[in-house]
Amino acid sequence: METKSRNLFLIPYAFWILLFVIAPVMLVVFFSFRGLDGGFTLENWTHFFTSTYFQLTLSSFWYAFLITFFALIISYPTALILTKTKHKQLWLLLIIVPSWINILLKVYAFLGIFGTYGPVNALLNTMGISSQQILFTDFSFVFVSVYIFIPFMILPIFNALDKLNPTLVDASRDLGASSWETFRQVIFPLTARGVKAGCQLVFIPALSLFMITRLIAGNQVITLGTAIEQHFLVTQDWGMGSTIAVFLIAVMAVIMFLTGDRKRGLANEKNV
Amino acid sequence: MKQLIRMFSVVTLAVVVLLIGVNYLNSSQSTSGNDTLTVFNWGDYIDEDLLTEFEEETGIRVIYETFDSNEAMLTKIEQGGTTYDIAVPSEYTIDKMIEQELLLELDHAQLPNMEHLNPDFMDLSFDPGNAYSIPYFWGTVGIVYNPTVTGDVDFSSWDDLWNEEFENEILLVDGAREIMGMSLNSLGYSLNTKDQIELAAAQERLLTLSPNIKAIVGDEMKMLIGNNEAPIGVVWSGEAADMMFENEDLDYAIPEEGSNLWFDNMVVPKTADNIDGAHQFINFMLEPEHAAQNAEYVGYSTPNQSGFELLPAEIAEDERFYPDEEITDRLEVYDNLGQEMLSYYNELFLEFKIELR
Repeated sequence: METKSRNLFLIPYAFWILLFVIAPVMLVVFFSFRGLDGGFTLENWTHFFTSTYFQLTLSSFWYAFLITFFALIISYPTALILTKTKHKQLWLLLIIVPSWINILLKVYAFLGIFGTYGPVNALLNTMGISSQQILFTDFSFVFVSVYIFIPFMILPIFNALDKLNPTLVDASRDLGASSWETFRQVIFPLTARGVKAGCQLVFIPALSLFMITRLIAGNQVITLGTAIEQHFLVTQDWGMGSTIAVFLIAVMAVIMFLTGDRKRGLANEKNV
Repeated sequence: MKQLIRMFSVVTLAVVVLLIGVNYLNSSQSTSGNDTLTVFNWGDYIDEDLLTEFEEETGIRVIYETFDSNEAMLTKIEQGGTTYDIAVPSEYTIDKMIEQELLLELDHAQLPNMEHLNPDFMDLSFDPGNAYSIPYFWGTVGIVYNPTVTGDVDFSSWDDLWNEEFENEILLVDGAREIMGMSLNSLGYSLNTKDQIELAAAQERLLTLSPNIKAIVGDEMKMLIGNNEAPIGVVWSGEAADMMFENEDLDYAIPEEGSNLWFDNMVVPKTADNIDGAHQFINFMLEPEHAAQNAEYVGYSTPNQSGFELLPAEIAEDERFYPDEEITDRLEVYDNLGQEMLSYYNELFLEFKIELR
């Protein structure tokens, strides 16, 4: 009886998944095998692997890696400090509040901040450094992206750290481990799951960033997201756009599989 | 759980209050019936006072939506599910839309103000007899520059962009046809070429411009050049007019090798709901005073002869925005190249963007 009613509750969710996840993905896969004339073709795929798209893929991965890396090395210490503060929920809220603001608005703000006559250059000037070209560089692109993704990295890490049993840390210290050893042997392994979740939440969207590439990097940085946007909106070559999209989906699935915790089910059962 | 329920109820309550509020505002706004007209136009491309005036005059409520590229607009209309009564595509897109039977034929009897239009902008190859479209604005692609930074160079030639002095000082608009076209023109080729060798040469030439390119941007160019972020930009004439209005140092030039001449026309998509209202709107915009007011506000060139005569002399006599025939003869209108060729242009442009650094 109980399982039956539980299954009933699953119906809306199943419908949702079918209509808005499975069906669109199938459509995208279908389109990736369609040529401009509407017939079946493998041309999109051969084109993808033999042309500049491959180079585009490499550079997308490189930038996504940089963004994830910097977001992580900023977020982990921040989360660690947050858990030790008195009003941690308040501090956490302050970090999350910016993510309530539309991403485009934040990006536009950076156009002003990093401009030749913006506050950053004004500050440099008062320190006796001449104005620098900050906009439209790799630096500004990675900086703004990291800024945008930081809340997504901090949250899971913060949760993992917050759940960490403090007696474990005390025990480690009692048994003579230095604070570095405690961190390396106790704290980090126990929060690795949060780090993984954070990296997934940042790396995957970072792969397909597109507005920031134009606004902040002035198209000096091009990612696969830019190419998809162009194919759907400008050339209307939906086949090629879909091919790139399917490739990205596949890569993301592989990443999820490799970084996902495959033993989680077992471990949970043991704990229960 | 309790907290969750409380939060959920607060959100629901807020949504309900907002909905009632919106409903109330809507009903108090349209006192004379619930007749609406949905206009789909480029961003920043109309004097909004005119919309209010139109609403007052006709009692039709205008819903105004914007797009930022012909292709985005076309996709939305093609997919259906939209009821745009008016859209404002450019000439090569109109050609495509007629081909795909996406447009309604206009009833010229309902558009008496058509007589004000300049015959030069009527009956063009993309829409013979103006069966489907009525001119809204026209303009060119050229170079906006800041003479206080660039010195003596007058940008009468595209080659001036390749000047070594301008390292990292040029902004380009993010459009494959505009930028490939610029490069083709600078080599003396047509910007509608389908010749692979000419296109390859144009791409090659663009790559040699890389050191001078600061960024390839969209609508933000207005802000960037207005703020002196860069002294040179390749852009549409009306955008340049806007920048020059904000920043008086700026100047605009149409290079002698030729460039693009474009037209944006008003059309009524097949999916339109309020066809009479659409005709009223077109006729309203063709009224000389309205055309002049709109041209003065938007900065692009009006195809409305009577409206043009109402413009202040400093605008009407400005050769940069109302070039004489000697110049317009050198300009080319975009052809509808077909899907495959358009893809090829974009591919070349994308490759160029990847190689940019």
